[in-house]
Amino acid sequence: MNRFLLPLGIFIVLVGFLAVGLTLNPREVPSPLVGKSAPDFKVPQLHDGAASFSPQEMAGKVWLLNVWASWCVSCREEHPVLNEFAKTGVAPLVGLNYKDKREDGIRWLARFGDPYLLSAFDLDGRVGINYGVYGVPETYVIDKAGVIRFKQIGPVTPAVLQTKIIPLVQELNK
Amino acid sequence: MKMLLAMACALLLANPVLAKDAAPLAEDPVVEARLVKISTELRCLVCQNESLAGSQAELAQDLRREVRDLIKQGNTDQQVKDFLVSRYGEFVLYRPQLKPSTWLLWGGPFVLLIVGLAVLVSYLRRRSRLIGETPLSEAEKQRAEVLLKGDQA
Repeated sequence: MNRFLLPLGIFIVLVGFLAVGLTLNPREVPSPLVGKSAPDFKVPQLHDGAASFSPQEMAGKVWLLNVWASWCVSCREEHPVLNEFAKTGVAPLVGLNYKDKREDGIRWLARFGDPYLLSAFDLDGRVGINYGVYGVPETYVIDKAGVIRFKQIGPVTPAVLQTKIIPLVQELNK
Repeated sequence: MKMLLAMACALLLANPVLAKDAAPLAEDPVVEARLVKISTELRCLVCQNESLAGSQAELAQDLRREVRDLIKQGNTDQQVKDFLVSRYGEFVLYRPQLKPSTWLLWGGPFVLLIVGLAVLVSYLRRRSRLIGETPLSEAEKQRAEVLLKGDQA
């Protein structure tokens, strides 16, 4: 009996590890930017190339930065959720149009609705690199002091919005 | 026929123009060599089993451009890696840094080796104890001698 106990124990531990591994999503890499200051940038706006946007303009507000692109399929899936969110007025939502063509981005918003206060235009993806973007869409919650408090990789779902983002924004606004 | 020849000539003439379209492979060989060296040790986040050097994903191309710029600005290899780690996390490093959370990762194989050796030694000791001394009986000795002599003949 005893000689089977050890291999059985090792087997169970191994199965445990593998079972946990199966439920993990390898695409979700914990961002080192959570808890750090949002990197500064200054880029033109999508609709008005002459005007620019910098995160400093949002100082003192809790706001959301959503990275999107017209070529991104998941963004389309996410978009109705963001449209609904914008209607609630919980927090201002700024878009970062990532590696897109200006006319494509504008047309996309005209077609599917524009939930954004404005969209910054990151043509060559440099702002994206500074924010550690690797899978569009990505959404950041940034607090009044300009610190990133939360990062959603992949589409924002109603569940994420209700259980994570909205409570966090309310907490930060206190 | 003349027409064909003219077309062939036109094609030949067109070729050098096409060849010009290829981007310069390396503007500065030293920078490019360092770029390759650094980026082979970095993970492409889009296709996670490819290095930044080998990946054709658009993000990898952008990141290579970023690394190239950082090198040109005079950053050391370590500073370039630190920049990417500060943006994308330690996951980008194929060779993780040695620190408390990676001790098990680095030391694990050696711990397993030591455990294996300990098990092996204890097994061998136990087995040698089981093999007792059993001297040959008189009959067995004689039989052995017969066999040995028979072999010589």
